[in-house]
Amino acid sequence: MNNMSMWRLLTTVMRRDLAVALRRRSDVVNPLLFVVIVVTLFPLAVGPGPDILGRIATGVIWVAALLSSLLGSERLFRDDFLDGTLEQLVLSPAPLPLLAFGKVGVHWLLSGLPLVVLAPLCAMLLKLPIAGWGTLMLTLLVGTPILSAMTAIGAGLTVSLGRGGALLSLLLLPLFIPLLIFAAAAVENALLGTSAIGQVLLLTGLMLLTLLLAPFAVAAALRVSVN
Amino acid sequence: MSAVIEAKQLTSVRAERLLFSELSFQLQTGEILHVEGPNGAGKSTLLRIIAGLLEPLAGSIHLFGQPQWGDPECWRRQLLFIGHKPAVKAELSALENLHFQATLDGVTNVDAWALLETVGLLGLEDIPAQQLSAGQQRRIALARLWYSQASLWILDEPFTALDTYGIQLLHERFQHHLQQDGVIILTSHQPLTWSGDRLKKIRIEFQDDGELHE
Repeated sequence: MNNMSMWRLLTTVMRRDLAVALRRRSDVVNPLLFVVIVVTLFPLAVGPGPDILGRIATGVIWVAALLSSLLGSERLFRDDFLDGTLEQLVLSPAPLPLLAFGKVGVHWLLSGLPLVVLAPLCAMLLKLPIAGWGTLMLTLLVGTPILSAMTAIGAGLTVSLGRGGALLSLLLLPLFIPLLIFAAAAVENALLGTSAIGQVLLLTGLMLLTLLLAPFAVAAALRVSVN
Repeated sequence: MSAVIEAKQLTSVRAERLLFSELSFQLQTGEILHVEGPNGAGKSTLLRIIAGLLEPLAGSIHLFGQPQWGDPECWRRQLLFIGHKPAVKAELSALENLHFQATLDGVTNVDAWALLETVGLLGLEDIPAQQLSAGQQRRIALARLWYSQASLWILDEPFTALDTYGIQLLHERFQHHLQQDGVIILTSHQPLTWSGDRLKKIRIEFQDDGELHE
């Protein structure tokens, strides 16, 4: 199979997923609204003191992002599994990891990228000092692809289980701990006025590694699930 | 005449129950295999094993002399599997479904409008598939047969939800495929109104060895 036709298959899978998602906007919008609502609840619960809110802002935004990625995870493969599309993808002559990469890409475009755009709003609601905004967005930009890719592995494994939601969070959340630590440390550094480049580069490296390897894990998980 | 597909000594166990053991069959060009048996006997499992979605406990399958897992890309290019789940996206229209599926099947020059006319969906092309009837959704799925270049078709209950005209249309398409040296393996609870000597039958019974009747 040559590069041209592989590229065409990748874009077709992505275009189809985008077209389906655009017809089911609530599935896309709900996880994002969830993040905004969680973030809005904190000033009400903790109190409006800027010291406390500003200190916990990064953590709150990132934890909300993790939870929302789990919330949207069912969308990844559930419908494809139920209507038989997944069988056809597995039987496609195209390499399954490539198609899985396309699906992860669409998931990120609809769940990760909007979070980066929403980050300033969330930062404002939590009174995060402006010095940290840029770094927060940067960590989300390089961190959310990791979320999408890892979530896809978990979703692929649990898609045939019916109600795999709880299992999925138990499976995935511990894996996101390093992500949380480095992202929080990066914003902390930025607020202190020191360089956050180390943590951001480390996250970028993690992202590249995940995007390289995760499609193969997703493909293996999907093969097991259609079995 | 050479064998297009040859299955040897297939054995499958699902949920600790023996579905079939040492099942063997061979199909020459232009032959159709009707897999019969009661519900839950393992017909769909056999079809999924042949398609490569499941692995048998024992046994081997050769397509044009090539082992099943030798060159998966080439193998998948030569077969078309339509399961009882139609792989039709409920949110997309018939036209969009056809268009995307054809591209994923590697066919770029497909005339989607002509296909819609053939399967009798002209005039319904803009409506999301979820608003169409079960039979119309099945027609979207089966439209793949009209552009498919695969030589081996594996069809699980293709006649489900189709009306008499749809069934006749499908029979004509099968006839054409067999004349072009294609091979079809299908399950169906309806008796096939097939009048040729090209029809082979295989019956899977509960906890019984599959027997080949020719």
